[in-house]
This record gives sequence, structure tokens and C-alpha cells, in this order.
Amino acid sequence: MKYIGLLSVFVTGFLLMYAVLDFPAWGDPNSPASTHLSDHYITKTLEETGVPNLVTAVLADYRGFDTMLETSVVFVAGIAILGILRKRSSTTVPIKKSGRLRTASPEPDLIIRTTSRLLLPAIQLFALYVIAHGHHSPGGGFQGGVILAASLILVALSFSLRSAMLKAGERLMIILGNVGIYIYAGVGVLCLLSFANFLDYSALDWLYPGDAVRARYHSMLVVEIGVAFTVGSVLFLIYAALSSKGAMRRGL
Amino acid sequence: MAELIELMMTRLNYWIYIVLMMIGLYAMISKNNLMKKLIGMSIFQTAIMLFYVSIGVKNNATIPILEHHGHDETGGHGAEAATHGAAEVGHAVSEAAHTAKDVILAADYDNPLPHVLMLTAIVVGVATLGVAMAVVLKIHDRYGTIEENEILEKVKL
Amino acid sequence: MIWQFDLLILILLVLTAIVSLKVRDLLSAAMIFGVYSFLMCLLWAEMGAVDVAFTEAAVGAGLSTVFMIATIHRTTRRSRD
Repeated sequence: MKYIGLLSVFVTGFLLMYAVLDFPAWGDPNSPASTHLSDHYITKTLEETGVPNLVTAVLADYRGFDTMLETSVVFVAGIAILGILRKRSSTTVPIKKSGRLRTASPEPDLIIRTTSRLLLPAIQLFALYVIAHGHHSPGGGFQGGVILAASLILVALSFSLRSAMLKAGERLMIILGNVGIYIYAGVGVLCLLSFANFLDYSALDWLYPGDAVRARYHSMLVVEIGVAFTVGSVLFLIYAALSSKGAMRRGL
Repeated sequence: MAELIELMMTRLNYWIYIVLMMIGLYAMISKNNLMKKLIGMSIFQTAIMLFYVSIGVKNNATIPILEHHGHDETGGHGAEAATHGAAEVGHAVSEAAHTAKDVILAADYDNPLPHVLMLTAIVVGVATLGVAMAVVLKIHDRYGTIEENEILEKVKL
Repeated sequence: MIWQFDLLILILLVLTAIVSLKVRDLLSAAMIFGVYSFLMCLLWAEMGAVDVAFTEAAVGAGLSTVFMIATIHRTTRRSRD
């Protein structure tokens, strides 16, 4: 098996290397990939949407359909993992609710507990900054959502999975995952109700009298918030399912 | 022959990306451990993303975020509309300066399209990795091992 | 686009990819895979793809490695391959 694999990898590699000789030179501004459509995106984005970050503008406005369906792919992956791993018997035992973060035995280390308690608000604030500032700097909905999920995973790693699930339980994460996609599709349906195409944000200028550029700017922000909701909650749910093998009791 | 050598030297970057892809593909085919196969799949995916993003690079171009633009213009116009009378001449001069500065050349910025497509690819890649690991956990529950040859023996019995 | 920097990071990428697939301890393989993700993020930031580098740093070096370590914790740690 190994020799067949080696042979096929060599043949594929050689064919690809031979095909690469036809490519345009490195960094050529006139290569076929960098003309026609991307020229339009670079030169016309600021006057049509008012957003300096070209990647966010193309992601949330010009290619909005792709982003909506990709968010739903993340959500479906989370549901699939719950469907594979979740055991039915463990849902009958309720987790006791209490007001503050409790630690399970064995008691986690003092340094780790204190440091993560100090870092956690800063991480979540930075995640909100990345979501909100995605129009002017690198960032956007995905990156902010992933940092939010990482902050919840930090709680699960430094205290215990049960402490994290007290604040961010399974039902809340699934509901938030839904809410994100509803926000995204809701903006699209609002555009439909304003007598335009689905996800055509310039039709929303009845909210901002006569200014289609501001309508597109703000709809992009709302859409990015929806994406951040879904991505953040589903990725934490995937971690909780993987590290507890479906039982949602004891983690790493 | 000399121009063939010249051609190869300028395409060296692409060849190293292809070497990375083939490392990932070989790991997916011929490693026995399931976790190594998943690492190979991830290496393959990121190498393809690298290949794709490198197509959008332009010489002497900067990152795809427009600079010195944004809310300055709308704020400036609002302030000038407030001081309408005395700043009439100043308004005309600064507007001419704005339109002269407003020309955005496409050759100055990197191509944003491959970046957008690869952003989607990264997120979908991590979702796929999560589902694959859930399947690995279930296989370990059922057969007690994650080596492919031992699983095949147990299935045959 | 400094080609010396580029070439150095590419050589390190190939090395970490090969090493991550060769070690027998799966926890080390996951950690070296995290190093591979970080080097990829550096390469993209140097090419000018800052959004992609941000996402890869958060997702690849952060979440992907944590998922792998969570799975390795629940299955075996040594591999026979």
C-alpha cells in the first residue's frame, strides 16, 4: 500500500510541477486572476459601500450568499457532531445551578485560575472589538466569533468543563447558533420585503433616507454580528462534545 | 535549455507548495494511524490555500485595505456645510484636492478575491476536522484502537 | 515580498510537516502541527493577506490544535506508525 501511495504521489506531483510552468510570473499585476472582476472590486468598493476593508466588503456584500451558506455549514457540522457523539442517558441528570464559577475536583492550580480570571474580560472585549472594527482593519465576524469561542474554551480548560457549561449550556449554544443564521437570513428577507433581490442591501435605504451607501455599511455590520453569534457558539459546542466524548460532564 | 532553467527558477515557490501538497496527500493515503491521516488532511488543505492566496500577490502592492479613506470625507463635508459662508472658497479648493486624491489604482492593492475564498475554506476546514474527530472517537469506542490495519482485522472477523 | 524570508519560512514549513507526520507520540504531533499553522500564518501575513493570516492564527493554531489534543486525550497517545 505504501509503494502504491508513493508512486501515485510522485506521478501527481510531477504532473502538477509540469503544469505550473505555464503559470504567469510571480506578482504580475496583469495576470488573468487579477483583472476584470477584482479591478472592479478594488476601484468601486469605497464609493458603493463606504467600507475601506476590501475583504470584508467582498465577503459580506458582494459575495453575501457564500458567507450565509458557509455559516450554515458550520452550524450543520455542529449538529452532526452532536448527533454522532451525544448519549441520551446523560441528559436526565440535571446540573446544579449556582451563582458563581465553581471548581470541580481535583482543584485546578492557583496561578492558572487567577491568570485566566484576569485575562478573560480582556479576551472577550477584544473579540467584540474585532467584530465591530472589521470594516476598517483586518477582522470581521469570523475572527471575532472564533476568539469568543476561544475565551469559553479557556474557562473550560482552566477551571472545568462543568463550570463553563454552567454559564454557556448546551441549549443556549444551540439557540445562539440558530439566532445567528436567522439574523443573516432576516436581513435578506427584509431586502426582499423592500421590493429588491435577496441580500441586496442598497434597497434598505428607506431606513436611512436616500443614502444607499450607509444602508450597505450598516447591513454589513448586522450580518457580521450574526456570523459571529453562530461561529462562536457552535465552535464551543464542538469542543465540549469532543472533550467529553458526548457526555458533557468531565472535560480535559 | 537556458530559458527552461530560468523558467524553473522563477516558479520555485509554486514547486515548494506542490511538495507540501504531496506530503499531505501521501500521509492521507499510506499512514495507518487515523490521527496522522487527519493531520495529513489538514496539511493538504492549508497547502492548497497557500497556493491559492499566492496567486493574488502583486509586485509593489500593499494589503487590500484602502488607506486615508473612510469617514474623513463625509465628516469633512458635514463640517464644511456648517461653515458655509466664509469657507466657500476653501470648500472648492479642498474638494478639488479630494477628487485628485480619490483615484484608487487597482495595481496598488493586492487582489482581494482569493483572500475571501480562502477565508471560507479555513472555516469549513475546521468544521470538517471536527466531524472527522467525532467519527474517530466513535471508532475508538467501538473497536478499541485507531490503527487502520487492526480495525480492518477486527471488521473481517 | 522579501524572498529570503519567504524561502526560509517555506523550508521550515516543509520540515515541520514532515516531522509532524513522523513522530510516534501523538501529542507531540499535534503540537508540531500547531507550529506549522503559525508558520503558515506568518507566510500569509508576509504575502499581504492579513485577513487570512488573522483567521488562520485564530482557527488553525488555536482551535484546530485544541480539538486534536481533546481527541488524543480520549483515545490513545502512542501510535504504532
